[in-house]
Amino acid sequence: MSEAADAIAFENVTLALGGRAVLAGVSFAIRAREFVGMLGPNGAGKTTLMRAVLGLLRPQNGVIRVLGRPSTHGNPAIGYMPQIRSRVAGLRLSGWDFVAATWRGHRLGLPHLGRDGRREVAWALEMVGAQDLAHRPLAETSGGEQQRLLLAQALIGRPRLLLLDEPLISLDPHRQREVVALARSLQTELGIAVLFSAHEINPLLGAIDRVLYLGQGQAALGTVDEVITGPVLSRLYGAPIEVVRLGGRIFVMSDGHDMERDMHRHDTAHAGCHDPSHEIHHA
Amino acid sequence: MLDYDFMRHAFAAAGIVAVVGGLVGYFLVLRAQTFAGHALAHVGFTGATGAVLVGISPLAGLVLLTVAAGIGMGFLGERLAERDVAIGIVLAFSLGLGLLFLHFFTAYAAQATALLFGNVLAVSGWTVWTLLGLGIVTIAGLAVISRPLLFASLQPELAEAKGVSLRLYGVLFLALVALATAECAEIVGVLLVFALMVGPPATAQGLTSKLGSGLLLSVLIALAEAWLGITLAYYTDWPSSFWITTLSAAAYLATRPKISFARA
Ligand SMILES: Nc1ncnc2c1ncn2[C@@H]1O[C@H](COP(=O)(O)OP(=O)(O)OP(=O)(O)O)[C@@H](O)[C@H]1O
Ligand SMILES: [Mg+2]
Repeated sequence: MSEAADAIAFENVTLALGGRAVLAGVSFAIRAREFVGMLGPNGAGKTTLMRAVLGLLRPQNGVIRVLGRPSTHGNPAIGYMPQIRSRVAGLRLSGWDFVAATWRGHRLGLPHLGRDGRREVAWALEMVGAQDLAHRPLAETSGGEQQRLLLAQALIGRPRLLLLDEPLISLDPHRQREVVALARSLQTELGIAVLFSAHEINPLLGAIDRVLYLGQGQAALGTVDEVITGPVLSRLYGAPIEVVRLGGRIFVMSDGHDMERDMHRHDTAHAGCHDPSHEIHHA
Repeated sequence: MLDYDFMRHAFAAAGIVAVVGGLVGYFLVLRAQTFAGHALAHVGFTGATGAVLVGISPLAGLVLLTVAAGIGMGFLGERLAERDVAIGIVLAFSLGLGLLFLHFFTAYAAQATALLFGNVLAVSGWTVWTLLGLGIVTIAGLAVISRPLLFASLQPELAEAKGVSLRLYGVLFLALVALATAECAEIVGVLLVFALMVGPPATAQGLTSKLGSGLLLSVLIALAEAWLGITLAYYTDWPSSFWITTLSAAAYLATRPKISFARA
């Protein structure tokens, strides 16, 4: 496999769920070792796109290539941090056991780690600075600490592509910047590609190489300056959008409302919920 | 007291069942599926009374119907909310059906009580061997699937992405839960299966956050509760199931004072 192969390449891809096209004829390519932020309103298809990259959802049309090969289910080269983490908060199990369950977790037999497994778990915990969380029950860790453990879990197996679905959910701005910086440093240090979905562009500014913006079944990939513009976002939101830059921050406005903020206010409580009533209807 | 055959049988049967319940129950609590375990026990009641009706052994009916129901429940679906409603309906229906079967056998009130609340002091030598066989099958099955099961229980979305079939392990696990439930029902009865399958693992998970120690502790607590319960029953002449459930509840509450007071 050539080193230069794109991490993720979509060619005219249509993804449908429940008979409805979530993405329609989308093409883009995320390069190897690229850190891409993925944005878009609730229901734009961020999670769906990641599931398609993981081979959990077959495209209705088009081709998805991952690290130079057609996407397959169970690809060990992909690390994944899912958006739904409801199971984590109440667990009485230690962070170590939680991360360790990922080590060759698909094999039959007893969950015995062995020396290689122990080394791998220790390495992953160290990469995210979570060594001191290893022996505490998950139920007694904070949201930000759980995020680190989930990140460690995604690193098990040394992936070359990392899919992080909404790692910033329910974190305060300070912790958000920490997680972004951590993801960025993992990306540089390990030389891997990272696709990082988020609700708001601002915490990602300065860290991401490019941004992938989804909306109305379409996608736009480019630098922040290329994509976060009135004309591009108006097309993706299907409504007139104005982009305001103020003191190093970017505000995506429609009719005087900050779209990115308005749209995701409910989201901490309903992370991963697919209730159609959560979709925003534009006047 | 071990001079008596029936006491030796009781200790052996309770020991086998405690090990099985402690291990399977650990995963049941980890997966937050205790309600499913409870429901399976009730289905077992129907199986046992139905078996008496058609003239086969109650234990056979118990095992057959709980395993069938466990597999069915596993296929029912992943959505938790829906699952609870479906389980609740199956649970009530099967108890009702069991009652109807019982209705045809009014003479067997004692047998019904034994099914519902267990009577470990009446376990025969043959039953002990059957329990041992079932126990070995259950534990071997759990050992084979424990690794992917753990992964799927802790991080279902990630496990699925890595190629672990959530449906397959969900079904296999509930089949094992059904087997364990049928065994526990033999000791504490279908209504009190929680005492051996949920109490000890929940207590263990409150005491240690390590997986290995948790499993071991869960088994030891179940063993202690079962054997101590039988001993107390022998000396007091009160029902053994009462003692086992009391010990189970006491151990759980004693190990988490914060929770029992804060949420009571
Ligand atoms: N199982 C399903 N069946 C039918 N439609 C679904 C299913 N899952 C998701 N959808 C729909 O697909 C669309 C894309 O959902 P997806 O979860 O990918 O959005 P998202 O961008 O990740 O949103 P969020 O920001 O809320 O996480 C939504 O309109 C959603 O309602
Ligand atoms: Mg999503």
